[in-house]
Amino acid sequence: MSTTEFFVDDSGPPPRMLVLWCPDWPAVAGAAAAGVPANRPAAVLLGNRVVACSAVARASGVRRGMRRREAQSTCPELAVFAADEARDARLFETVAMAVEELVVGVEVVRPGIVAVPVRGAAGYFGGEDALAELLVDHVSGNAGVECQIGVADGLFAATLAAHRSMFVRRGEAGEFLAPLAITELDQPGAERGELVDLVKRLGLRTLGAFAALAERDVVSRFGAGGLLAHRLANGRAERPPDRRRPPPELTAEKTFDPALDRVDAAAFMAKSLASGFHAGLAAHGLACTMLGIYATTESGEELARVWRCAEPLTPEGIADRVRWQFDGWLRAVPGARPTAGVSRLRLVPEETVEGASLQQGLWQGGEGGEGGEDGVAAERASRAMVRVQGLLGPESVFTAVLDGGAGPGERVRLVPWGDQRAERDPPGAAWPRRLPKPAPATVLAEPMPVRVLGPAGDELGFTARRELTGRPCAVSVDRAPTRAVLDWAGPWPVDSRWWTAVERPEHVRLQVLLAGAGAAALLLRGTGRESLKWTVEGIYD
Amino acid sequence: MTAGLVEERAAPLARLAALPGVSTASGVAAAALHAQVTGQVLPVLPELADLMPSAGLRRGTTVAVHGSTSLLLALLAGATADGAWAAVVGMPNLGLVAAEELGVEVARLALVPRPGAEFAPVTAALLDGMDLVAVDPRALGRARGAPGPAPQVARRLSARARHRGAVLVALGSWPGADVELSCEPGGWAGLEAGYGRFRTRRVTVRAGGRGSAARPAHADLLLPGETGVTRAETAPALEEVG
Repeated sequence: MSTTEFFVDDSGPPPRMLVLWCPDWPAVAGAAAAGVPANRPAAVLLGNRVVACSAVARASGVRRGMRRREAQSTCPELAVFAADEARDARLFETVAMAVEELVVGVEVVRPGIVAVPVRGAAGYFGGEDALAELLVDHVSGNAGVECQIGVADGLFAATLAAHRSMFVRRGEAGEFLAPLAITELDQPGAERGELVDLVKRLGLRTLGAFAALAERDVVSRFGAGGLLAHRLANGRAERPPDRRRPPPELTAEKTFDPALDRVDAAAFMAKSLASGFHAGLAAHGLACTMLGIYATTESGEELARVWRCAEPLTPEGIADRVRWQFDGWLRAVPGARPTAGVSRLRLVPEETVEGASLQQGLWQGGEGGEGGEDGVAAERASRAMVRVQGLLGPESVFTAVLDGGAGPGERVRLVPWGDQRAERDPPGAAWPRRLPKPAPATVLAEPMPVRVLGPAGDELGFTARRELTGRPCAVSVDRAPTRAVLDWAGPWPVDSRWWTAVERPEHVRLQVLLAGAGAAALLLRGTGRESLKWTVEGIYD
Repeated sequence: MTAGLVEERAAPLARLAALPGVSTASGVAAAALHAQVTGQVLPVLPELADLMPSAGLRRGTTVAVHGSTSLLLALLAGATADGAWAAVVGMPNLGLVAAEELGVEVARLALVPRPGAEFAPVTAALLDGMDLVAVDPRALGRARGAPGPAPQVARRLSARARHRGAVLVALGSWPGADVELSCEPGGWAGLEAGYGRFRTRRVTVRAGGRGSAARPAHADLLLPGETGVTRAETAPALEEVG
């Protein structure tokens, strides 16, 4: 089916939508997660630029796009947070739930915006004004956040109406949109920046001017994406309303035994389920624009949420939304949290589009976009690791990140496969009291008890001046017969965190070389104050 | 006449080389070079190359490493630094700082520290996707209360490696290993009665095995040396004075 066929003639104005918009949601969510009161200015930064700021911050002069330093000098008491989509989505769940208590058919457009079909609800509550008033009260009462409401024909006009707290009468969406700036087309997630820039340079500065172009000219110059934008600017539905219902076998369903009750397990599951779900849709030439996530808990509770997206969802996008949703459900406040783990999960394509379905990349490059042979090898290795995770669980396959730390074990941080391998400390940074090279090739995960004997056959201790009470002469590992010490080095005190005032037991490290065959070079660690308890920390083998 | 002489000498050589399993030295060298160029052999550190039958780890083989975890890490270093992926199964005590110091690229080293009863299936799954898989046979045997893996399990895993073109490296004895490397630890240098630290260790690595690896080889190395693995300087040979 070609694109031109797809956008067939209009069949009436789009359905009337009510959009509930929480202004500056990333900043509100960031402040709520950090426990910062709402009267303190807050801003969210991405890449050292302000991407969202609270109304209080705006009043003191903070603007989007400002650099961090600039924003902080404008408003010194500004609280800054890093951008975090998962946090925004998790906290927005309370808003979505509050709306859902009053009306049905709630769709989360993105964290910060929910859309509700007006028909039905407005009639039940006695008009659009009454419905809006009720929703604003209910959301601020139950979720504790401020919101604005707009009603118009179609989601795009309703979203812009919500930004202005307006009610646009039926059939007047075109007139409402006409005087607005063309930049309004570039809503977050729509990725129309390039188109808007081009249209602006052509001298069209309002939506009305763009809408006045002939549809045929638009499609020949800007293609399918431009046509969609043109329809939006006209106040028409972005897609014809009679979308075909997807055949039911496209629904992805999975049962979990034992039930899922951890977010990390859900995140891992989301990845595999999402790719299967996406592949099933792609096999029919479809992609999903509205995703229903339905879960049943072990105690029989039904959880449901519909996510709407401007662009067809990619496998990663689907996995993200499932993960965010689980984050929202499993980490909700105790009253709203499900009482048991999720035992059944269903992903339903509530709305699909044809033609423009996204395909898996032919070459999926490895880290840093290296393609070719390396990428293929990385892909193969990654598949093998995911299979092992399927056998043993997500917390079974690791890669190591070497961080700062003194001992050979303290420097290693194991990152489960699939998680971000971010280094906390710059590589090669100096670390006080780091054990010098070479490191032991064996570092015992569970230290082995050992007795270190002095010349008189007594256990070796530690003096107040941080010296050993005697020369180490013999060592007995794990109750084995004692072996003579040929040579030793140390002791090196390991007083990590000396800055904390609390009295902590002392640690010392000692290298010993033993006589006899097998495991002859050991790294020992003594813990305690007067009498030291020795363990084998590593073996140089 | 010269031509006749050459022919006369070449004839027995040709007869010998025609026997199955026998090839000339130049033929062996050419085959090794060909294998390296076509990616049939994973590179190893140059210090270890002399020990290996094809100057590297031939894909599909099983290598048993005896007596030293450092030697195992040094064996993984060359390949992972060259872009290969490696996995280590059932070794929760592996020193990863030491691995990095010996030259292993830890970002391409997957660790499955506790495979439990699923040891063999996990190893088989990793052999499908990884270039190198290192296992601890003792951990594989522990599930059935034996010091090593059951012979049929070991055979199956070796066959999987051969079929998938991966290299299986065992830290300990492995029934039917193609190459056996053993490390005889020598003396440590650097400790001085309470002062100094472990600096370098002299070891002798001996290689043997089946087929093309049957020719014994050995090398004196510093493992660990001041910078990763280095060749030990051989003591100057005593000259006979007449």
